[in-house]
Amino acid sequence: MMCTGRVDFTFIFRSFAKRADGVFIAGCRLDECKYITHGNYHTLNTVLLTKRLMEYFGLNPDRLRIEFMSSAEGGRFAETVNDFVKQVRSIGPLGKSEGLDEGELTSKLNQVTTLIPYIKIAKKDKLSSQLKNPDLWDQLFTREEIDALFRELPSYYIDPEKCQACMTCARRCPVEAISGGKNLIHIVDQEKCIKCGTCLEVCPPKFSAVTKLIGQPVPPPVPEEKRTIVRKGKGKES
Amino acid sequence: MLSYTEIDRVEGEAGDFNVTLQKKTRYVIESQCTGCNTCVEYCPVKVPDVFNQEISKNKAIHIYFAQAIPLITYIDENCLYLKEKKCRICEAVCEKKAIDFSQKPEKVEIKVGAILLAPGFEPFDPRVRDIYGYRKMANVVTSMDYERLLSSTGPYEGEIRRNSDLKHPHKVAWIQCVGSRQVIPGGKSYCSAVCCTYTQKQVILTKDHDPEAECTVFHNDIRSYGKDFERFFQRTEKLRGVRFIRSYPTVVREVPETKNVILRYTLPEEGVKEEEFDMVVLSVGLNPPTSGNKLAQQLGIELNSHGFCKTHPSNPIQTNRPGIFVSGAFQGPMDIPEAVFTANGASSQCGEFLDYRRGKLTTERIYPPERDVSQEELRIGVFVCHCGANIGRVVDVPSVVEYSSKLPHVVHAQEQLFSCSTESTNQIMQVIREKNLNRVVVAACTPKTHEPTFRYSLREGGINQYFLDMANIREHCSWVHSREKEESTQKAKELVRMSLARTCHLEPLQDFDLPVHKAALVVGGGIAGMTCALSIANQGHEVHLIEKSSDLGGMARRIHETLEGMDVQAFLNDLIQKVYQHPLIRVYTNTAITEATGYVGNFLTRITSDRGKSEIQHGATVIAIGAEVYQPKEYLYGEDERVMTSLELEEKIYQGNEDILQAESLVMIQCVGCRNEERNYCSRICCSESIKNALKLKTLNPKMDITILFRDMRTYGFKEDYYREAANRGVKFIRYEPQDPPQVLAGESEEGRPVLKVNTMDYLLGNRIEMDADFVALAAATLPPAEAKEVSQLFKVGLGPDGFFQEAHVKLRPVEFGTDGVYLCGTSHYPKLISEAISQAYGAAGRALTLLSHDTVVASGSICVVEEKRCIGCGACVEACTYGAIELYETRQGKKAKMNPILCKGDGVCNTKCPTGAIQLKHYTDEQLIAEIDSIAEG
Repeated sequence: MMCTGRVDFTFIFRSFAKRADGVFIAGCRLDECKYITHGNYHTLNTVLLTKRLMEYFGLNPDRLRIEFMSSAEGGRFAETVNDFVKQVRSIGPLGKSEGLDEGELTSKLNQVTTLIPYIKIAKKDKLSSQLKNPDLWDQLFTREEIDALFRELPSYYIDPEKCQACMTCARRCPVEAISGGKNLIHIVDQEKCIKCGTCLEVCPPKFSAVTKLIGQPVPPPVPEEKRTIVRKGKGKES
Repeated sequence: MLSYTEIDRVEGEAGDFNVTLQKKTRYVIESQCTGCNTCVEYCPVKVPDVFNQEISKNKAIHIYFAQAIPLITYIDENCLYLKEKKCRICEAVCEKKAIDFSQKPEKVEIKVGAILLAPGFEPFDPRVRDIYGYRKMANVVTSMDYERLLSSTGPYEGEIRRNSDLKHPHKVAWIQCVGSRQVIPGGKSYCSAVCCTYTQKQVILTKDHDPEAECTVFHNDIRSYGKDFERFFQRTEKLRGVRFIRSYPTVVREVPETKNVILRYTLPEEGVKEEEFDMVVLSVGLNPPTSGNKLAQQLGIELNSHGFCKTHPSNPIQTNRPGIFVSGAFQGPMDIPEAVFTANGASSQCGEFLDYRRGKLTTERIYPPERDVSQEELRIGVFVCHCGANIGRVVDVPSVVEYSSKLPHVVHAQEQLFSCSTESTNQIMQVIREKNLNRVVVAACTPKTHEPTFRYSLREGGINQYFLDMANIREHCSWVHSREKEESTQKAKELVRMSLARTCHLEPLQDFDLPVHKAALVVGGGIAGMTCALSIANQGHEVHLIEKSSDLGGMARRIHETLEGMDVQAFLNDLIQKVYQHPLIRVYTNTAITEATGYVGNFLTRITSDRGKSEIQHGATVIAIGAEVYQPKEYLYGEDERVMTSLELEEKIYQGNEDILQAESLVMIQCVGCRNEERNYCSRICCSESIKNALKLKTLNPKMDITILFRDMRTYGFKEDYYREAANRGVKFIRYEPQDPPQVLAGESEEGRPVLKVNTMDYLLGNRIEMDADFVALAAATLPPAEAKEVSQLFKVGLGPDGFFQEAHVKLRPVEFGTDGVYLCGTSHYPKLISEAISQAYGAAGRALTLLSHDTVVASGSICVVEEKRCIGCGACVEACTYGAIELYETRQGKKAKMNPILCKGDGVCNTKCPTGAIQLKHYTDEQLIAEIDSIAEG
């Protein structure tokens, strides 16, 4: 890729999902960007957060490493890679060494992968910071913060009593997770939902049909046959 | 391009030279040789490899070095056939029939309008003074030898080994100033300007090779005067096991058993010491090129007293003969950025000369129409390159071809000796046509070297150039795993498989042509800005020159003479006159910039000035806003009138201030306000400035007692001669350390005269001394311009850690910004002397002309694209984009991100930030990269 800054959470977790035992990211030296992008700082943040997420999900964070070096440092590159390979070998195979069976590992990696959009939104500001002082790297994301991130994991629910089937949220949902149509109560497909909160934001205040649920189960969707809204005739209103 | 060729004769004059060239006999037909190296392997004659400093061996037929252009062989005078009419094995083994022993030296005549000399330099040969034991003691090497030892293409493939026993040296010493700063027979009096920093680089690389290595540098002044050099020095000095010792050692003897080398040196506290080292590196200086004298005679150009090309500070790129220019180290010892300034600058000056003929010899390349492959099944062709022996001797190429041919969608797979050769690229083009390929994988080297070459093949083959992917089986494989052949072959297969996985998802993309508005905006009317403006205007382009103050001239208004004696005011007035008289330059004074928008080729800048409000359309922007002088807080400055800055002293000298000229004593203090924690850089120009003032004062009043208190005298290059002259004329130099700076107090002399008492440690005497000074001059730091931040935000260009503008690349692109179409020159880049600022100004003009001389610029198709439906308007992308390419705008569906494709640089940071995947970097989409990741697991 053209810049370390292109390294997405998805690529890292996808590699683990494909049973890579380690992921190594090599970028330019910090503050030596040949452009003005400084994408390596962004990726540093991505890596710092990913390590915390790995901890949270019971994976050894040492399986992921980022190093900053210049293209002139062939020797150092080789040494660092060899060292990393040695380290990953000593950690052992992914999952097994962490006491996770195949099923658990797959389910955990699937879970974190679906939550990447939520994590990106929740940690947007920190993910854009430029930490010049390496002493601060470890403190950028704390364990408590990650615990809170998942404790406060929201679900968005459309109250069938309030929904007026105006299609606003359905149209605005970036991942087309909201079903429904004209006169059909809208339902959030919790599997597809990326928890961006757009539906809550755009639901007209006079309806306020969308609620953000934290720490409580989402009520089951209304059966399909009961989704049609019966409206009063216009004449009666006036 | 004519390599292995020398000038024979030059006739004619500027604008119309007749040059006779002598092509030396290569005994190899250039158009036939593919550089496969088979002849080299079979050649029986082993000779010392000149490129590797004769440490390792090469053959009588060989390629000069691994990256040589053209990458083909030549036969040197050691050839058995040439010497004894025997052998001719190379002829027999060459399948291309490229060997031709009947070749004779050939004369070629060319007609040119201008000549540019860039013959480089010659490293000093320490054998001219037999005191270092070089080539007598096996483990005394020059820094050039060491450079080759460090190189992965060097004699031991990047391993540092001793000549005597091939062991890795553990304890290495460097001796600085070998052949430089020495007024002795065989030595050179000037400073070679680059050795301090290259030695530091070698120390760092040595520590990279062996973290336990003990490195000792014996040095005189540390001359870290270049941009970022001070930090680089500190980084080196802080490494564990690294010592910098300020002492000039002598090579005493070789230990017979170990062949270690004993050096003798003096420490102030411990006296004379002897110490044993595994290896001693002589940091040799830069001599004029060996061809210098001959060139001077052939071309009628003058050399200076050191044998380098003679130039004038007002234009260091111009020789004394019109139409003949000089760039690089033939001007004098210089580092890479300065060499690049002069190269870019020379292109601009040649351009000024030949502008009327610009474009007359060019022809446009026409490609066949692009085939629409959107409805086709995938048909992929794989070309696996041997790269001569580079890949082929490690990776089993036929086996990679065999493997690739069985992968899905592959309809053609073949090997090639050199995929990048004209023959091979034509072959790729033909196969695309014959087999209707719609995707191509070239498994060869890094895309950095040849991706454009193969993209041309795709275009010539009639398909979109973005249907290409390169699998790097050289740098990422054969070069790094040269000893593991089987594993390398396996890895090459995997790299090809990954590449294929991505290739399946490649989309056709279109580069787009942007029109270029052929005017330039130059921000800043100092010497750099004006020189640049004139050079651009002289090549037929309109220039808008804006200056914030009421007059042109900048800082140079306060400078009267250069160290070499150039009359700065006369030069400046002449320059200002030329600028005002030029019909294509519009000068705006008292200018403030209100808005700057646009992109390469199409900038729009709004200003207010003496001319009122103006809207300037321009294709290129040059930032040349100069620098400031530090107002010292130290040494009673501002409290006692007798304390002034060097610049103020210069003004007083040239005003004929009697108090100054009649003073009995004057003390100068160097490094005031920089090389400290707050400003961790060297201001580069102050040592020369102080020497200049001292020499002037000594001329006007030889009896004046002048002392310069310094940390390191940084009179690099030929300026060293003036330093020596000052010392010879009685100027005293006393070194101080930053942790114990001099003290200045008002007081009285023994005779009761009011003086300034200057108290400092004298490390030569080993005790504190106190001097009486009538005046104290402070070499005040050069500061970044006050408007740096504002200008950097307006034009979206970067600032470095010290507040000066950040060029695109400190060595290789020192006159341009990361932002396309914006260039820089002068002291806002970094402190520099007038002649250096002029060089860089011509350099910026040269780069700007490369843009302005074209009608269009091509922007890459590999940029980010927003899928509006998926965008939730969170703005993460907008914050991440440092090029200002993305903005949010209101739609009926709420805020959405909008991409300006022209500003997008294709780094993809926004893609990574986007929570919904609404922004995708074309050619590196999530889908393409995930396909690549997934394919790793398929093996």
